[in-house]
Amino acid sequence: MRITQGCFSFLPDLTDDQIAKQVQYCLQNGWAVNIEFTDDPHPRNTYWEMWGLPMFDLKDASGVMMELAACREVHGNKYIRISAFDSSHGWESVKLSFIANRPRQEDGYHLVRQERDGRKIRYTTRPYATYLPEGERYK
Amino acid sequence: MISADGNALPNAAADEHGQIDLRSEFAEAGIADLLEGLDRDLVGLVPVKTRIREISSLLLVERIRKRFQLSGEAPTLHMSFTGNPGTGKTTVAMRMADILHKLGFIRRGQLVSVTRDDLVGQYIGHTAPKTKEILKKAMGGVLFIDEAYYLYRPENERDYGQEAIEILLQVMENQREDIVVILAGYADRMDRFFSSNPGFRSRIAHHVEFPDYDDEELLRIAEAILSRQNYKLSTSGRDALIAYIKMRRGQPHFSNARSIRNALDRARLRQANRIFDAKVPVSLSDLSTIDAPDILASRVFRGSEFVPKVEA
Repeated sequence: MRITQGCFSFLPDLTDDQIAKQVQYCLQNGWAVNIEFTDDPHPRNTYWEMWGLPMFDLKDASGVMMELAACREVHGNKYIRISAFDSSHGWESVKLSFIANRPRQEDGYHLVRQERDGRKIRYTTRPYATYLPEGERYK
Repeated sequence: MISADGNALPNAAADEHGQIDLRSEFAEAGIADLLEGLDRDLVGLVPVKTRIREISSLLLVERIRKRFQLSGEAPTLHMSFTGNPGTGKTTVAMRMADILHKLGFIRRGQLVSVTRDDLVGQYIGHTAPKTKEILKKAMGGVLFIDEAYYLYRPENERDYGQEAIEILLQVMENQREDIVVILAGYADRMDRFFSSNPGFRSRIAHHVEFPDYDDEELLRIAEAILSRQNYKLSTSGRDALIAYIKMRRGQPHFSNARSIRNALDRARLRQANRIFDAKVPVSLSDLSTIDAPDILASRVFRGSEFVPKVEA
């Protein structure tokens, strides 16, 4: 099941050229660009691991693309997203975030039913990937 | 070679694509202004200016060839500027970034100027992220490494400089279209640096040497600096400065235009003190005139046979 989080996630995957153009747009707005990765695609998992430090003061997207390539080399079969942080006063938040890399196979979610008192059912979802411990997923 | 006004340019020979007007191409790129500005603003440095013209012609032709799919890969643009202190290496590097940007060989045109401290870390694992961060900031523009020979310290085999050099070389080779690296330093020490890092020499296409300024050029530089700050030299002040330049050159730590700039800064200080101590109303011209005593009070003249004239 293809997960849809962040910008552009209903579109076909962005090519590297398209990613570079989006990053360039972020840099021209003065946003700091971050590369993050995870192997736990639950939508409530907002804190992904950071690849290096946020990239402040860049002028050109090729620096980010170099880091993205390095991140893919190590975490090529995990989710990688690019987020852009606007530090200007009053915003101080992420302005753009999109997935730049997906695992070859996305397992999707297990619908978990919990039986409660009085024949009530409580539903929750859990990524199949998380049935394996961290580091064992998406081999 | 391109002349300053673009007049000496021949029209390109006809080929299967028909006529190509090099001159209009040149005007369109807007580098004529830049090259003229280079001629106007920088005193002397004839070999450097010639070299920059040659490089710009090469790049212009390369750009046209690219349009007709005659050339495949990006040309190597990394450069090394060698010369004594104060000969204008940084100034020229800044112009170079402009020229490369106008010609479209770098995308953004910023100049990031660094020294060893910005690239090399202090403990294990500190160097690579530091160097990479600088490289990322410089991407799309020019990375100017001043006194590049400090990167390599042969006397300490565990020096982290070597790590920075390896990362630099890798990026210089693999991302030639993203970044242009300019190394700068004194000629003899750069030679030693290159001979112990042959990888660097072969990756640098253009070695540009900056000659020392002669006395007359230094005087013109001094006058240019002063007029930019709305000062002028009195006739006797000019003579004193000529004498000063001659004396200063023979003394240790002479660094060409930089020495002159510092001397002028000190002269302005003495001028301010002089007109303040005079305790008479000053005119506008007094305020902006550097006179002989301001220059002759310099340490340079101490113990010399040149006897400063004491003015009333």
